[in-house]
Amino acid sequence: MASATEPPQRVGWLEERLGLASIRAFLAHKTVPVHAQTLWYYFGGITLFLFVIQVLTGTLLLLYYRPSPAEAYESVQFIVTRVQFGWLIRSIHSWSANLMILSAFIHMFSVVFLRAFRRPRELTWLSGIALLGLALGFGFSGYLLPWNTVSYFATKVGTDMAAAVPVVGHGLARFLRGGNDVGGATLTRFFGFHVAVLPGITTLLLLAHLMLVQKHGMSSPQRAVEEYRRKGLPIPQMPFFPNFFLRELMAWYAALGVLGSLAAIFPWELGVKADPFAPAPAGIRPEWYFLAPFYTLKLIPSHVWVFEGELVGLVGFGLLALWWVVLPFWAVNRQGEERTRLVTGAGVVLVAYLVTFSALGYWR
Amino acid sequence: MDEPRRNLLRWLLGGGFSASLISFLYPAFKFMNPPDIPEASVNEVSAGKVQDLKPNTGKIVKFGSLPVLLVRTTETEWRAFSAVCTHLNCTVQYKESSHQIWCACHNGLYNLNGQVVSGPPPHPLEAYSVHIRGDEVVISRRA
Repeated sequence: MASATEPPQRVGWLEERLGLASIRAFLAHKTVPVHAQTLWYYFGGITLFLFVIQVLTGTLLLLYYRPSPAEAYESVQFIVTRVQFGWLIRSIHSWSANLMILSAFIHMFSVVFLRAFRRPRELTWLSGIALLGLALGFGFSGYLLPWNTVSYFATKVGTDMAAAVPVVGHGLARFLRGGNDVGGATLTRFFGFHVAVLPGITTLLLLAHLMLVQKHGMSSPQRAVEEYRRKGLPIPQMPFFPNFFLRELMAWYAALGVLGSLAAIFPWELGVKADPFAPAPAGIRPEWYFLAPFYTLKLIPSHVWVFEGELVGLVGFGLLALWWVVLPFWAVNRQGEERTRLVTGAGVVLVAYLVTFSALGYWR
Repeated sequence: MDEPRRNLLRWLLGGGFSASLISFLYPAFKFMNPPDIPEASVNEVSAGKVQDLKPNTGKIVKFGSLPVLLVRTTETEWRAFSAVCTHLNCTVQYKESSHQIWCACHNGLYNLNGQVVSGPPPHPLEAYSVHIRGDEVVISRRA
């Protein structure tokens, strides 16, 4: 007869094969700091949840989508008009892509303002920024797949920006387009990037990012740490399982509610089929997360001193992105002191730039 | 094992590994680079009948694989330009209200000589020649 302390026989069978005790022990020890800013911890999980939604709905769309200029638009049209709940699946895929990028941006800026990138979490920051870049890559490659007018011109502009990169630009643009101009080869390539290359890299990088988060634990804001230190107390902790986990599940449930409502009330439009010999339509603009650079490019004159405006814009964006990527390394001075004001100021200026220029790009 | 032999083995293993890695990556890299597909050179296309385009209107015409903008400015005057904006490759259109050529992507404006009037385009549009043969409009490359 089994004693009261032994696991039931069924659990024992699994225990022997999977080693569940180590997972239970890990979950029992993992904690999450509790302070006024704990809310922001949920956005990383929400981004992950929306990525899973992307994978699931994307897999469903693959059952009907056909990646060629002659059939892509028609296959998406078939999905949204003939396939049962096709409109909903496509709408959820498009809305969750946008919400995922929004959630990733909120997650990134919360990390900046709570200074969660500090030593020893530099690699967690770098992997997170790379994941944000991949999310934008997903957005850019997926945008072309319905082969409509807006996506066609957005891809022309985007790949032509790549062509402006000094030295390697021409080769890079040809690699992206699969030829000299946007066409069937581009659609096939972007489909490959969207459903195979990017998911593969993202999965590996996501695992690395989550492992780093597990290794270092969740960062506590310096202000909260000092506040409790003055009181002579350690910062309060909440068990990850089940307390934080159940709260995160509720956050996911809320995100699902928002996503479902948006997808059902505002179904994603398909637009007009791309015609390479039609002019770019009035009011054309990219997805909201590319609006700020889009509007900036509109403002830059044709020439800045002896350089073409396009090149100046591209080099400017490149330097800005590089400066942001290496943030953890300039956020401390040589004496190891934190440049708190500089980081907060840079974060505020960047948020203000993105919000203002995105709004201007949308309305003007 | 003595140190020189160990170093030799390390060098052979490392070199062999690197060489096989390069031999795997090189074909993959070359495979990703799209081949050049030569296109038949087009020097002249028919853009339709004279009466198909009213004065102060424009239309895009296929010139091989390139879009060309044909504009009938008056009853007797015709212009044609490459319809590819010199800024970021969008396709331009004729704006009847202002008698200008406009790129909707970044608000670039050109005049009816193809010169940049305002906005970010860095260069003028390439001009093409237009001839009337009977009642047919013919666009050709300039020499």
